[in-house]
Amino acid sequence: MNADIVVNVTNLNKSFGDNHVLRGIDLQVQRGEVVCIIGPSGSGKSTLLRCVNMLETPTAGTVVVLGRNLTDIECDLDEARTHIGMVFQQFNLFPHMTALENVCVAQRKVLKRSAAEAKEIAHGLLARVGLVEKDNAYPAQLSGGQQQRIAIARALAMKPDVMLFDEATSALDPELVGEVLQVMQSLAHEGMTMLVVTHEMGFAKSVADRVVFMDAGVIVEQGPPSQVISAPVEERTRSFLSSVLNH
Amino acid sequence: MALSKRKKAMYMRYVMYIVSIAILIVVILFIDWGRLGNAMFRWNIVKDQFPNILTKAAKNTVVFTVLGFTGGISFGLLFALMRLSTIRPYRWFAATYIEIFRGIPLLVTLLILGFGIPIATGWHWPNPYLQGAIPLSLVASAYMAETIRAGIEAVPKGQMEAARSLGMSYARAMITIIIPQALRIIVPPLTNEFVLLIKDTSLISVLGVTAATKDLARFGRDGVNQTANATPLIVAGLVYLAMTLPLTQLVAWMERRTKAASR
Repeated sequence: MNADIVVNVTNLNKSFGDNHVLRGIDLQVQRGEVVCIIGPSGSGKSTLLRCVNMLETPTAGTVVVLGRNLTDIECDLDEARTHIGMVFQQFNLFPHMTALENVCVAQRKVLKRSAAEAKEIAHGLLARVGLVEKDNAYPAQLSGGQQQRIAIARALAMKPDVMLFDEATSALDPELVGEVLQVMQSLAHEGMTMLVVTHEMGFAKSVADRVVFMDAGVIVEQGPPSQVISAPVEERTRSFLSSVLNH
Repeated sequence: MALSKRKKAMYMRYVMYIVSIAILIVVILFIDWGRLGNAMFRWNIVKDQFPNILTKAAKNTVVFTVLGFTGGISFGLLFALMRLSTIRPYRWFAATYIEIFRGIPLLVTLLILGFGIPIATGWHWPNPYLQGAIPLSLVASAYMAETIRAGIEAVPKGQMEAARSLGMSYARAMITIIIPQALRIIVPPLTNEFVLLIKDTSLISVLGVTAATKDLARFGRDGVNQTANATPLIVAGLVYLAMTLPLTQLVAWMERRTKAASR
């Protein structure tokens, strides 16, 4: 097995009742690679991402992350998830905790780091996402962009090997999108392995190593952004891109 | 000329005020206040109620309420978690329990558990407080389970997902993330349940009481029998109000505060 493959999804299928959302997905992500998944809503891209950390249980197929077969019943999912960071569209910060506590809670309760160590790491990460002065703010007191940056810091505090971004900027006011994309971009430049479901074509074009276009539960086309976004081969990709880029 | 709609509405409001005041005046004039006061509020009887109505009767009411509430919230949390469980027999058991104990009047439950079980089994309640408080808490737990379940379900699904994605187990996520948020939601309705429990303890006296375990309502009733006057019941009612009014005001305040915070 190749140690440089961080995520390896094979023949992944997922149904919700009669709704066959994923129809045989194969996807590998190399260490340090930034893969952007694009596609129309309902194409299954979020479901695919949520299967990578098993928030959704696949109907069939295997998901191997960092050599752990998550679809194997013997696999300790809680342990595996500490290596897989996830950022959600709705931020999902814990509203009863301050920014600092949000970033510390899993370090303390899951990784059993000492309070001092967790705090030090949290301070470092809050500084990195540009929110060092917001330690004691509650999520409700922060803008969407600030909340999402704290959510990124919270995920990074676990020192994950791969980060999943599920439409991380879709719920933000347009003027706040940039600050979050900037954090994601710097993360990519530092060599983080990233799987990003996004509608931000500019981000995909400039940051992604590879773009995956999905439609109706299958991967239609994938390759470097210069190919998939700038010169798509498939008709479905072209019609999707023209509808997003020309609005 | 016909009145405009708004003018009509304005006159209508005046009419409402006048009618209300007229009814109040009639009631005040036609009631025989002397007779009413004599039968229901005699000062010498009021004074006789103290201090026992507070040191004994109200104390017992509080003991029954606190025991009932503590048991109710513990079992209520258990049944709420069972109802939310992925294990079907747990869900069925909890749902059945809740439906049964919410569907039978407390009075009937008290009699079945307080008298029926000892008669049927030969087993006796070791303690008269428990004999009243345990049936009370079993019924309370059915109501509280539904309140707690609603509170837990009101916490957005994304909270559990975020906690799990950070590597927390289901139990850890419940304890650290979900239940603290659910508590904020359910404190006002649980306080209301507490008020209901205070009042429901008045039924416990049907199980027969000793002088030591008399609650407020029974104390008032016995007072009526001794004095042939309704004053003791009125005093008991006022003592209930002294306990419940601050709590209902507290709930109103908490609800105003959450409303203001969510704005």
